Amino acid sequence: MLRDITIGQYFPGQSIVHRVDPRLKLVLVMAMIVTLFLASGPVSYAILAAYILSVIYISGIQPKMVVRGLKPVVFIVVFTAVLNLFYTPGNVLWSFGFLKLTDAGIRVAVLMVVRILLLIIGTSMLTYTTSPIELTDGLERLLSPFKKIHLPVHELAMMMSIALRFIPTLIEETEKIIAAQKARGADFESGNLIQRARAMVPILVPLFISAFRRADELAVAMECRLYRGDVGRTRMKQMKFGRVDLGAGAVSVLVFTAVIVLGRMGW
Amino acid sequence: MSFILETRDLTQVYGAGTPFERMALDHVNIQIKKGEILGVIGHTGSGKSTLIQHFNGLLKPTAGEVLLSGHSIWDEKGRCDRKTRFAVGLVFQYPEYQLFEETIAKDIAFGPQNMGLSASEVDKRVQEAMDFVGLDPAMANHSPFALSGGQKRRVAIAGVIAMRPQVLILDEPTAGLDPAGRDEILAQIQDYHARSGATILIVSHSMEDIARLADRLLVMNQAKVMLCGTPREVFAHADEITQAGLDIPEITKVVRELVRRGFDLDPSIYTVADAVKAIRACKEGK
Repeated sequence: MLRDITIGQYFPGQSIVHRVDPRLKLVLVMAMIVTLFLASGPVSYAILAAYILSVIYISGIQPKMVVRGLKPVVFIVVFTAVLNLFYTPGNVLWSFGFLKLTDAGIRVAVLMVVRILLLIIGTSMLTYTTSPIELTDGLERLLSPFKKIHLPVHELAMMMSIALRFIPTLIEETEKIIAAQKARGADFESGNLIQRARAMVPILVPLFISAFRRADELAVAMECRLYRGDVGRTRMKQMKFGRVDLGAGAVSVLVFTAVIVLGRMGW
Repeated sequence: MSFILETRDLTQVYGAGTPFERMALDHVNIQIKKGEILGVIGHTGSGKSTLIQHFNGLLKPTAGEVLLSGHSIWDEKGRCDRKTRFAVGLVFQYPEYQLFEETIAKDIAFGPQNMGLSASEVDKRVQEAMDFVGLDPAMANHSPFALSGGQKRRVAIAGVIAMRPQVLILDEPTAGLDPAGRDEILAQIQDYHARSGATILIVSHSMEDIARLADRLLVMNQAKVMLCGTPREVFAHADEITQAGLDIPEITKVVRELVRRGFDLDPSIYTVADAVKAIRACKEGK
């Protein structure tokens, strides 16, 4: 059950989408989000949807995986759709008691659902095609101007990499501890809320202890390799802004501009 | 002959229907006799850890069944009675990482308390279990986290023994211990077996340890049972064992080399004492 969590999942590949500079990808994702909220009519949404679908196609990631990533948001999507369907003023097409289905409601609901789906798919394409290391490296580079105002950019990026790196490890650890306590007759499924919360103690205590132990070991291992923050640190992988990046960036900016312009015109 | 644990065509598939589909157990048929010590040997990923989690119902078979004293541990509605967990005590690998209570006694009492026993019975069992694993009764109120690694492991093993399981399963009980700690744990397991008469399963990839202790050996390879029998029967297939990437005891290697050089010895000898006897006999025979 815990394995269903797909946060930060990465599917290795060699596609253009994979190879684009992570800094550019981060910026483009942010630009995409802004664009998404400036789009207003079916035409602008369609263009953006086509853009995201072609990114999926080029990346070579199985559409099945993309759909699976949407599972956690199904509730929000349905909830939004229902609210918009019945609570948007307009010409009433059908009514049942206090529920009024309007033509504007249908339009808004469809567009909202498309917006949420594109938002989730678009952002998850970033983590699907960028390894966590590249991602945090890119973030660090992107934020490096803030070092001037003494923001610990490198430390924040390192914390993020470590957190991402340890998610699967801790999930595995949790599963092991759950199995071990179940073997001693622990019962996590029955009882009221308080009893269930108390049943978590035999899982949480060992999990915390092991997390602290791992943190300790990791700190020692990092020091053994003379880690001392970003002071004088060089990188094995240099980020270079190449032709692929230029092309991908230009196409994306063009698409986003078109969407924004069309959106302002109400299309 | 009645068997305490039995599997019939036990099959386990992980990630069915995904590209990561993997067969962890492939039609495994095993019979475990009451009161025996069974050594389970296999490579990492051979299915041995999956197998033992089926014995107390932690995993649900994809196909096939697991029988405890002749009855399936899964009822018709697909549920597993919690009593199975108490009858088949499972000590995981590195069990010291599952300790969580403030005192040793409280931690050992976790299992018996889950069984719903009375306070006095729980106390009795805690003391008994501490005695079994050689923990000083004076330590009952100490924190388990202040102990050394080997001692923590004993507390964890005691936590399972305190449930008085009919079958005790230990997954790599000696992993990560120094030679002295390893011998001590193995001696205690043997002692526990003698005193309680429980059936014991020990999972290991150290042939050396297990051959000494076990009445029978079960060799797992690629999700299947490769060999099952007394150590002698199993080590008679030394070639297959080494081909599967597993080791045979050092002394068996020595004897096999002697056989290769023309000495008339039984190549399945697996203890130093037997080897000495056989080599003496062979020398005098000349």
